[in-house]
Amino acid sequence: MLLTGAEIIMECLLREGVEVMFGYPGGAILPTYDAMTKYPQLHHVLVRHEQGAAHMADGYARATGRVGVAIATSGPGATNLVTGIATAMMDSSPIVCITGQVTRGAIGSDAFQETDVTGVTLPITKHNYLVDDVADLAYIIREAFHIARTGRPGPVLIDVPKDVQNAQTEFIYPEGEIRLPGYRPPTQANQEEVSAALELINSAQRPIILAGHGITMAGAMSELRELAERAQIPVSLTLLGKGAIPENHPLVTRMMGMHGEAASNYAIQEADLIIALGMRFDDRVTGNIKTYAPNARKIHVDIDASELNKNVKVDVGIAGDVKTVLRQFLPGVKTTQHPQWIARIRDWQEDSNERDVLQVGTESKLLSAQVINDLWHFTEGNAVTITDVGQHQMVEAQYYPHQRPSTLITSGGLGTMGFGLPAAIGAKFGKPDEEVWAIVGDGGFQMTLCELATAVQENVNINIAIINNAFLGMVRQWQEFFYEERYHATPMISPDFCKLAEAYGIPSMRVTNREQMEESVQFARSINGPKLIEYVVEKEEIVYPMVPAGADLHNMIRRPKPGEEVKS
Amino acid sequence: MSEQSSEKFTIAALVENKPGVLNRVASLFRRRNFNMDSLTVGRTHRPFVSRMTIVVDGARTDARRIATNLYKLVNVIDVKVVSQEPHVSRDLALIKVRSDDADSRNALTLLCERYPARIVDIGAKYAIVEITAPEDVVEAMIRELDPIGIVEMVRTGVVAMGRGTRILDTEYVPQLISSNNGNHQAYSV
Repeated sequence: MLLTGAEIIMECLLREGVEVMFGYPGGAILPTYDAMTKYPQLHHVLVRHEQGAAHMADGYARATGRVGVAIATSGPGATNLVTGIATAMMDSSPIVCITGQVTRGAIGSDAFQETDVTGVTLPITKHNYLVDDVADLAYIIREAFHIARTGRPGPVLIDVPKDVQNAQTEFIYPEGEIRLPGYRPPTQANQEEVSAALELINSAQRPIILAGHGITMAGAMSELRELAERAQIPVSLTLLGKGAIPENHPLVTRMMGMHGEAASNYAIQEADLIIALGMRFDDRVTGNIKTYAPNARKIHVDIDASELNKNVKVDVGIAGDVKTVLRQFLPGVKTTQHPQWIARIRDWQEDSNERDVLQVGTESKLLSAQVINDLWHFTEGNAVTITDVGQHQMVEAQYYPHQRPSTLITSGGLGTMGFGLPAAIGAKFGKPDEEVWAIVGDGGFQMTLCELATAVQENVNINIAIINNAFLGMVRQWQEFFYEERYHATPMISPDFCKLAEAYGIPSMRVTNREQMEESVQFARSINGPKLIEYVVEKEEIVYPMVPAGADLHNMIRRPKPGEEVKS
Repeated sequence: MSEQSSEKFTIAALVENKPGVLNRVASLFRRRNFNMDSLTVGRTHRPFVSRMTIVVDGARTDARRIATNLYKLVNVIDVKVVSQEPHVSRDLALIKVRSDDADSRNALTLLCERYPARIVDIGAKYAIVEITAPEDVVEAMIRELDPIGIVEMVRTGVVAMGRGTRILDTEYVPQLISSNNGNHQAYSV
């Protein structure tokens, strides 16, 4: 069958099981957009900025585990994808970006809307391609999806010159095995590694599991739980590891790191064994690396061999699929108890409970912790939440316990403000039957609020919760702690968000006190389509605990207990 | 660590002979802040495979970390730290030296007897000396040539190969053999 390059792109996307593409047309990608008219089963979502397309593809991918697809034109279209691609790269999210490029003959001539996009995206993609022969296109698309979703997932970009999209060739879909000699993701541990790990696990007195994103991506939730329960090992979670195990499980100490639970951080510092599963010892998790977990032997399982011994030297480093490796571990894991260790963690947790901001009287102002906690309560803890970046993100992580995998979608590694709204739109396309809440700050929301129009055009049934404190709150918090309260460039004037919503034809509600919380969730649930709720919260809140950047993990700035003096 | 105490190690990588692969490797070293001492690349007896030899300052990064990162590049087929095992390594230098009097010409001739070097071009003013030897031997000869008067120099950077039965090879043939990918005559970077 003689097809154009553009039609081959569509045929290949269909064969990859793609159902929705997020994109924005332009000159160099027009042949592909024209081919879309022949493939109505591939739904195209017109975004308002290409960054939104990449975040939507990312949100879709994280919600479903399938590959998200973003499409953009050459030059500015492609460069606008960059932040979204980098976000997906840092959080190992499988997306495929297809960009138009100027014709092959014009490449290198500084043609109109020409950018060296494979060059620009080289360090922020798992792999990328510049297609210079239409005969290669089908192979390349197939390889791209394979690379994006296997091993440690990540973004792959395919740059397709306009004349390659127009060129015709005999289309034969490349069936059979994909031969990539330099691409062999590790799978399992060898016997020595398993024995060494088991010896440490079975002899540990104060073990702790650090569960990361790898658990949910590998689908190793039940294996993790079995390991934890059989050997009675507490489990701490990274931000992206949330959902690896239900957060109300008695062994779970919840999040670790800079704004993690104090119990998690103290436990890591006192542990005699760390079992790190599908996580990468990010600096936001370790604090000062020199004093990190000083008493612990360390087992590290990750599918990316280059993560082993990168930040933290480990005793047993295993490059492998965490589900496979845990299955290798389990037959040798002895049933044990660590009652003293668990009691010690309970004490820390009780101390934290006494400091909980929810214990503070409500008085007048609405606190972001109250908003998130009430959203959790009134959504029965069952929503898919997508956050932006900043204080509200950390408050979400602290006050919205997640029970299921892939129900918290957040930009962890790159910390991309503006991620929330578009990622929520993408997530809703992936999980149309779930209740989806975009929880965003007033700052991050304004970075990508143009996607409100996308949500309206597609009638995406999402709930947009703006936690408005009229500040870039997390930066303000750093200024308060580390820059002597010089609040420069952090107070923020915002538009009237409800009027803004009205301009887009989006129903909205403003919440200023806690009594309205239940009503706000009912309001959200009463509307099929996008709706916006502005929660006006206390302006100068602090997210506790906080490990200052570079400080020892146990040296957290804690919230004072009621009646305690505030540390100045 | 100071530069003096740094230990170098040598990595050999088999890579697909495709456009942009050298760029991917160089970009990796830059963004991971690995300190590259030299990088050479050339074709092999396999039409679709090139081989890189990379010498790295070991004081700043460990070999394993570089090898695992190189391995993550899809176009890198195989990686080996050759300096961890018995191996042969060679650096080639062309050194243009003053040869405008009898003393300098005699000195050059004597040096070329003591080193694995030869004079490949000689004129009234300058001679070109070629040396092929392990890197430290090349360095030693350069030090001895220096007093005669070096005016120009070029070096290939180190190439290395494991001794005996240590073979780094691949039977890789690409899936895509279209007009451009088949054009492996020119190493495109």
